[in-house]
Amino acid sequence: MNFLVNYFSGLGKSTLNRVNGVGAASIMLYGALFAFPQWKNIRLTISQIYIVGVQSLLIVMVSGLFIGMVMALQGYTILVNYGAEGSLGPMVALSILRELGPVVTALLFAGRAGSALTAEIGLMKATEQLSSLEMMAIDPLRRVVSPRFWAGIISLPMLTLIFSAIGILGGHLVGVDWLGVDAGSYWSIMQATVEWDKDVVNGIIKSAVFALVIVWIALYKGYSCIPTSEGISQATTQTVVYSSLAILGLDFILTALMFGI
Amino acid sequence: MTTRKTETLVGLFVALAIAATMLLALRVVNQGMAGNSETFTVKARFDNIGGLKPRSSVKVGGVVVGRVERIYLHKTDLVPIVELQISTEYANTFPDTSSLSILTSGLLGEQFIGLLPGFIFPEDLARIEEDKVCETTSLNNCPYLTEGEEVFDTKSALILEDLIGQILFKQGSE
Repeated sequence: MNFLVNYFSGLGKSTLNRVNGVGAASIMLYGALFAFPQWKNIRLTISQIYIVGVQSLLIVMVSGLFIGMVMALQGYTILVNYGAEGSLGPMVALSILRELGPVVTALLFAGRAGSALTAEIGLMKATEQLSSLEMMAIDPLRRVVSPRFWAGIISLPMLTLIFSAIGILGGHLVGVDWLGVDAGSYWSIMQATVEWDKDVVNGIIKSAVFALVIVWIALYKGYSCIPTSEGISQATTQTVVYSSLAILGLDFILTALMFGI
Repeated sequence: MTTRKTETLVGLFVALAIAATMLLALRVVNQGMAGNSETFTVKARFDNIGGLKPRSSVKVGGVVVGRVERIYLHKTDLVPIVELQISTEYANTFPDTSSLSILTSGLLGEQFIGLLPGFIFPEDLARIEEDKVCETTSLNNCPYLTEGEEVFDTKSALILEDLIGQILFKQGSE
């Protein structure tokens, strides 16, 4: 009997904790989203775009280049069997614009920027910097969380666009310059197939959704972490794991909504 | 000094993103029928549309002039009706005696609608010149394909099974 009571109280406790967590995360999201239109904070946002966006540029560009190159190489070896190597351009462009661009950039972003955000906010909490801000009547949501939030949402779609463009150029490098696919057909069949609203804009929408989820998870995990060194390391790990899983799951849902029948 | 450097680098980042967008918009994306240009709708009924899908292209001699907007079944006649959107660039260009056929690009390629322009009777030409029938609001008398018009001369998609069946039937009867 006692065992049953213990079991149910444990279940109830963990449910309540989770609901509490979702509620706190939603309140934080609301606070961060609606704290943006303040021009005096624009400098804070710009410096966060530098940290979150510009510093992720190198890894995103290098991965974009290599993913485009390997797509062209793999696609060529398959397509050349059917004499269809002219379709290399649309294959590289569509797979990068629709899937690989948004997803790979978001995964890199979660690892590169999301973990850093969690660790930074977590350490601020552990060293009681957030409490000190509140003591000085400065809202940490407005001063600390919101600029990072908006910096992430602005940066990731731009990083995705850069990734896609460089990936397609990388495909051109391998497909046309190395393997000898005709440059005219690489570009012209690509142009005939790729659509602005269907492929490019949907990719940007995807990456904006991913950005929201990554920054939300990262900031909430940092904001709510246990303020010890162990707690910060756990929160950082959780950020990367949860946001990667969320990206892959959401990608399927968004793809089904955008391209499904 | 550091903020200035930061701002410069962020500015370069934004410029790079804009350059990437421009590359995608100008080199990668289909410009001819971007979907934003003005179109007019033409209907056609087929016996069988095969593998035709919405957004399949409408071509005249290989040039894309429009796209399939919608495919649905006629409620009482039970035949597929295809709605085509043709760019207004080609308004008053194709005679309403034009025929539509469902073709396949290559052996395994996607299906598209081929538009074969028809002809215009000489007396209709005179009507266009004198009565300006194509410049009034009611376009019923206009001998060109116009908004909402239905094309009657259509050729259905080639169904491989039917073709094989016909050959077998023919051989069996010999």
